[in-house]
Amino acid sequence: MELKYETIIGLEVHCQLLTKTKAFCSCPTTFGSLPNSNVCPICLGMPGVLPVLNKQIVDFTILMGLATNCTISNKSIFARKNYFYPDLPKGYQISQFENPICSKGFIEIELENNSTKIIGITRIHMEEDAGKSIHDLDIDTLVDVNRCGVPLIEIVSEPEMRSSKEAFKYLSAIKQIVTYLGICDGNMEEGSLRCDANVSVRKIGENNFRTKTEVKNMNSFRNVERALEFEIERQINLYEKGESVIHQTLLWDANKNVAIPMRSKEDAHDYRYFPDPDLVKVEVDEKWINEIKKTIPELPSKKLKRFITEFSLPKYDSEVLTTERDVAEYFEETIKNLNLKNPETFKLASNWIMTELLRVIKEEKVSIRLLKVLPINLAELIDAISNGKISGKIAKDIFAEMLLRGEKPDVIINKKGLIQLSDESEIEKIITKILDENPEVVVKFREGKKQLIGFFVGEVMKLTSGKANPKIVNQILLKKLNNAN
Amino acid sequence: MHSVSSYSYDDFLNQTPDNNNSVLNIVEKYLKNIELRKNINAFTEVYNEESIANAKKTDQELKSNNKKKLSGFVIAVKDIISIEGKKLTCASKILKDFTSLYDATVIKKLKDADAIIIGKTNCDEFAMGSSGENSSIGKTLNPVNEAKVPGGSSSGSAAAVAANFSMGSLGTDTGGSIRQPAGFCGIVGLKPTYGRVSRYGLVAFASSFDQIGPFANNSRDAARILEVIAGHDPLDSTSANIPVPNYLEKMNGDLKNLKIGLPKEYFDDSLNPEIKKSIELKIEFLKSKGVKFVEVSLPHTEYTIPAYYILTTAEASSNLARYDGARYGHRSKNSNTMEEMFVNSRSEGFGNEVKRRIMLGTYVLSSGYYDAYYKKAQKVRRLIQKDFLDVFKNVDCLLTPTSPTTAFNLGEKTKNPLEMYLSDIYTVSVNLAGLPAISIPSGKDKNNLPIGIQLIGKHFDEQTLLKIADVCENNLN
Repeated sequence: MELKYETIIGLEVHCQLLTKTKAFCSCPTTFGSLPNSNVCPICLGMPGVLPVLNKQIVDFTILMGLATNCTISNKSIFARKNYFYPDLPKGYQISQFENPICSKGFIEIELENNSTKIIGITRIHMEEDAGKSIHDLDIDTLVDVNRCGVPLIEIVSEPEMRSSKEAFKYLSAIKQIVTYLGICDGNMEEGSLRCDANVSVRKIGENNFRTKTEVKNMNSFRNVERALEFEIERQINLYEKGESVIHQTLLWDANKNVAIPMRSKEDAHDYRYFPDPDLVKVEVDEKWINEIKKTIPELPSKKLKRFITEFSLPKYDSEVLTTERDVAEYFEETIKNLNLKNPETFKLASNWIMTELLRVIKEEKVSIRLLKVLPINLAELIDAISNGKISGKIAKDIFAEMLLRGEKPDVIINKKGLIQLSDESEIEKIITKILDENPEVVVKFREGKKQLIGFFVGEVMKLTSGKANPKIVNQILLKKLNNAN
Repeated sequence: MHSVSSYSYDDFLNQTPDNNNSVLNIVEKYLKNIELRKNINAFTEVYNEESIANAKKTDQELKSNNKKKLSGFVIAVKDIISIEGKKLTCASKILKDFTSLYDATVIKKLKDADAIIIGKTNCDEFAMGSSGENSSIGKTLNPVNEAKVPGGSSSGSAAAVAANFSMGSLGTDTGGSIRQPAGFCGIVGLKPTYGRVSRYGLVAFASSFDQIGPFANNSRDAARILEVIAGHDPLDSTSANIPVPNYLEKMNGDLKNLKIGLPKEYFDDSLNPEIKKSIELKIEFLKSKGVKFVEVSLPHTEYTIPAYYILTTAEASSNLARYDGARYGHRSKNSNTMEEMFVNSRSEGFGNEVKRRIMLGTYVLSSGYYDAYYKKAQKVRRLIQKDFLDVFKNVDCLLTPTSPTTAFNLGEKTKNPLEMYLSDIYTVSVNLAGLPAISIPSGKDKNNLPIGIQLIGKHFDEQTLLKIADVCENNLN
């Protein structure tokens, strides 16, 4: 039945900007401070105070606009969005309405079948965050004003996504771009990235949009996909039953896995937007835009393509490595420090980062930048593996040491005497000894039990504390066992 | 020393400080005057002990030759301007017990200049009104004739200067709230160019109109106060980064080569003939000083009042949203839900005129009406600004009446808001255009009530207004 229907989704994404101070006063934006500690008369909305724009917000918004192919408006204005709520101290939110700073942009998303799709961005505007109302306490509702005035950008997409998967891809791409630009930490759980969706469905072939609903409160990437799927199905079911969809706002309840209607259009707010007379026009000239242009880093889509061509990495590796800018830069820094640079060592570096480092940062929930293993040391470890100084197995032990103490691999190798034993005559002496001591096993091997090679390798490793070069051990073992034939 | 005649800062400076003329003595006399005419109801709060302490301190400073720009200048401040640690009521029940956390920029500057702030003055609630009758602590009387209104909204600030409660005062002017009461009380009131004086710490009524300005007995004192409070403020994005001149230096009596425009729309039949007569005399006098006069036209004058009331109420409806009972100010005790708290706190806390303007402003901004009202009024505002800019290509300033009548009776217009609004007909266009203007005394009518005339200047040219005002005053003496 769903095949008859087409989904239409547009997203409104809010990103908290990583400025040190708030949008219109000099209070810090630190997350997790004591309630109502990052406040001043201005963000408390005391009588008589005035907002003064933090210029860095404009820088960040222009940066995002340029990264998403937007037109940057030379003159944009702030507007007041008026509504009453206890966590909104002024009774209005400073936002932009007419003349937003960025408009008419787009980004490219990649679909399942490896094709790409362009999603239009209607506008990006600057605004201030509201405070937090805390309802789930026994006493009463409490208000924390710390978040009041924290700068946000709102990125409004065109209604061009046709499935929850596409919406998910779009949201991931937005997150990737803002984190690459360093303007937002992209953390949905902490609310520094928030997403509302406008959803409608229509029969395939129809030209007009049907009634849409707005879904809010989807506070994780997983919730976005699930909430959208829920809402799409709900709308289709209504149409199939011959009923209609009401224009309303729904709140996603992640515990019950349902979207609950919050308010209908009839009692929707009239925000009475009008230009904020306390703030002057934001005038952005070509010079300003060009200065920002210079600071745009290589964006994820471009980096991904370059990793494939420049380092001969598989597409999968490139995707994983470029998901986060810090990881991509860690990889590149590792590569830069390799003594032996070739597709094999690049792949080796990729494997180490994807399997070992990403596992650790996921487990420890830390940034790759905070690990004690520096790229220069990882490069040294990889060099040691590729020039045969240590075995891959030993390398893992060394890596564990590096993680704990941040020591250089050479220091650990020397300290623990972990250098791989590659001296053929030395290894041959040990093998001869083992063969002499186990004549019956030698016989069995020679009778055809070829898997007994493992026994001999194990014995060699036992005697050498795992340091013997396994390649050479194998070579000599086979030569000796087979020669006697 | 000054129980009858008005005392100026020049008088203070020309005396050698001794026990009789110490700052302490002056402050004590002002405090006594306030006590003697308590019925004027000019103050929301008088800082008795603090003023005396500051006066003693100033006397010490002066003895050690440590004179600042306003040392010993006793000033009253409209209770809509924030002073740290002091009540800030805006003459409203909703802020009856509210204490401010910080100093407004103008207050900081006055304190730095060693002025003595003697108290906070009564006004129309949130500066909304033209008679001083919309105050939660009761109306202010006109010291010249106690049966009359002092004008508004800076009623107490005008009355304080007129009644010799202080040497000068700060008022605020959104549509004439300095100039009209100055006219009604027979003193000088200056509304600076929009952006000349920082609004940081001024409780907003209509943000794109409000300006803080001085009241004084004469234009030299008004100039002194302006010079201290004016200038760019990083805390106010709309304050202009334009140097503040030394006004007194240029008040040299030379009016030759000045050309003043007389806008014909301001001299129609609705103007009281006595006021008209007074203006004609003033014109003759200024001509004798070498000033040339020319009739000019401001064609969009008739749209001034509607545009003003649409735009100011729109801004007010948003500016006054913060008084919701949630965080500070009056909170209704009879509320069970959040919405009830908002509605009841505001219904109980605001007076009728404030409610009227919030409703009007909410209406003109609501969806479906925005274009017809707010947007159109913005266009009219631009046309009115252009009228003035065109006229100022040919003249240095304009001369008009301050108000269509002299001070009216208490209670005379309280039943009819529209008639009350029309008492600002000559003053509001100045705020729409953001221009500076001054009201100066120009004799009295047959009932012995002061007549005010208004001079309107080019943007940031308060200088010319002060210079002309100064010459006119010398003629009076």
